[in-house]
Amino acid sequence: MIWNEARECMSRDEMSNLQSARLRKEVSRVYHNVEPYRKKMQEAGLEPGDISGIEDIEKLPFTTKDDLRDNYPFGLFAVPLSEIVRIHASSGTTGKATVVGYTRKDIDVWAECVARCCAMAGLGRNDIIQVAYGYGLFTGGLGGHYGAEHLGATVVPMSTGNTQKLIDMMIDFGATGLMCTPSYLMHIAEVIEERGLKDKIKLKATLNGAEPWTENMRRQIEERLGIEAHDIYGLSEIMGPGVATDCHFHRGLHIFEDHFYPEIVDPKTLKPVPDGETGELVITTLTKEGIPMIRYRTKDLTSITHEKCECGRTTARISRFKGRSDDMLIIRGVNVFPSQVETALLTVDGITPNYQIIVDRVNHQDTLAILVEVEERFFSDEIKELENLQKKIEHAVHQAIGLHAKIKLVEPKTIERSMGKAVRVIDKRKLD
Amino acid sequence: MFIKQLTVFIENRAGRLEQVTQILKDNNINIVSVSLADTSDYGLLRLILSDPDKAVTVLKDAGLSAMTTNVIAVKLTQHVGKLGELLAILSDAGVNVEYMYGLTSGDENASIVLKTSDQNKALDVINASTFELLTTEETYSMND
Repeated sequence: MIWNEARECMSRDEMSNLQSARLRKEVSRVYHNVEPYRKKMQEAGLEPGDISGIEDIEKLPFTTKDDLRDNYPFGLFAVPLSEIVRIHASSGTTGKATVVGYTRKDIDVWAECVARCCAMAGLGRNDIIQVAYGYGLFTGGLGGHYGAEHLGATVVPMSTGNTQKLIDMMIDFGATGLMCTPSYLMHIAEVIEERGLKDKIKLKATLNGAEPWTENMRRQIEERLGIEAHDIYGLSEIMGPGVATDCHFHRGLHIFEDHFYPEIVDPKTLKPVPDGETGELVITTLTKEGIPMIRYRTKDLTSITHEKCECGRTTARISRFKGRSDDMLIIRGVNVFPSQVETALLTVDGITPNYQIIVDRVNHQDTLAILVEVEERFFSDEIKELENLQKKIEHAVHQAIGLHAKIKLVEPKTIERSMGKAVRVIDKRKLD
Repeated sequence: MFIKQLTVFIENRAGRLEQVTQILKDNNINIVSVSLADTSDYGLLRLILSDPDKAVTVLKDAGLSAMTTNVIAVKLTQHVGKLGELLAILSDAGVNVEYMYGLTSGDENASIVLKTSDQNKALDVINASTFELLTTEETYSMND
């Protein structure tokens, strides 16, 4: 079912016109209300009048996570704080979180976009949808919640952390929809299988995102649960979940171009690449009031097509993500920058030990271990002292990234060095 | 007086223990007593050696994590309850035992190695008691 036919099935000409009109307004708004953007544009010798439509978008400067960090917390907001009704935050490269703000209208647009995603998955007002993304600063929980509510479905705010309860309620309530990460869904599928409950569940569709997953994984999940699983994409800098989702044909994710203008650029030259070629996804928000983003570099690598889809939608489709152009990891749905771990280690002792981050996947759950080489300054003859050190490190890492890592002490010089530089991250996960 | 104990960090992997014993052998260092404390991921090898200063140098040069710690070696006459007596004096003085292991055992006497929460106090307390401490000369040359 198409939630918003007017917007999702517009002709390409109409869409371009709409985007151009919106871009002109957005550029003017940020120029007049967001000092860092105005400075950037002035430095590039640009004025709002220089942007007559989307064909001029390449004239505009890019925005990166660093800009958000440098203007922490509210420096990029385009409205006074009294207009901001919601704050969300996600991981930043350094200690500071990436903070975003929403006006009431932004919240409404967000809900409408997520409703479009739910409808794309075949869900509607007669469905019971469990939202099993974390509720809190993370955009997944509340984003999924408001969207499913806008759709008119019966929303069950499960959040994460209690799989037993999730499954019990899934069966008892007859839930037909579920929103959660793909790895969590795999785990749920396993538990359901183990407990022989497949016949008791009425699940028909799921919306899964916040981490990369493969076609193969999707098919496995669908077979095991007898459902249709959809990929939902989003990022807090742009909005949250609901920027794009795939339809029943699963040939790429429809991006809601009336709100988010996509470009694919070469990550090195930053010049646009033709449709079908892989590059970095750059998104410009067209309707955001709270914290508009002009040409935000997502660091996600993908390709795009503007061909009309068999489902009838004309919105451009981005392919399954092929990786990232930076070193960010996604572990259990949480964004983690290796530099955050390094900073955390520094706080424990004042000096960073030789360490290595090992990410793996066991029983469909991401695991995180940090190897730390024993060094003279903290070596002890008492196991108690070494264990205290491990606990301190674990605590510091948890404070920094919100995840529990297993801290493993290893002998000196055992962490591989390549060309003298330590290999900081080993990701053993084979996404299959 | 204190006795120097060697502590070596070794991962729970094959061959790690052998590497240590090989290095000691190559440097003609005798192991007087040994204890291995294990955790799930690593072990702490505690050694009383004939030449602890040389040992710590050669082990570190080989890339191992090694250090020396001051421990106390106490002689215990072979009577049932002797160890309990020693522990009582220590606990009365508010000294806790962090770890201990056997050093020697003979017909008349045995001896143990102790690490406590307050090594200086432990020394004072034992010196003031009827218990005898072993000297470094005695200890390092044992079993030679």
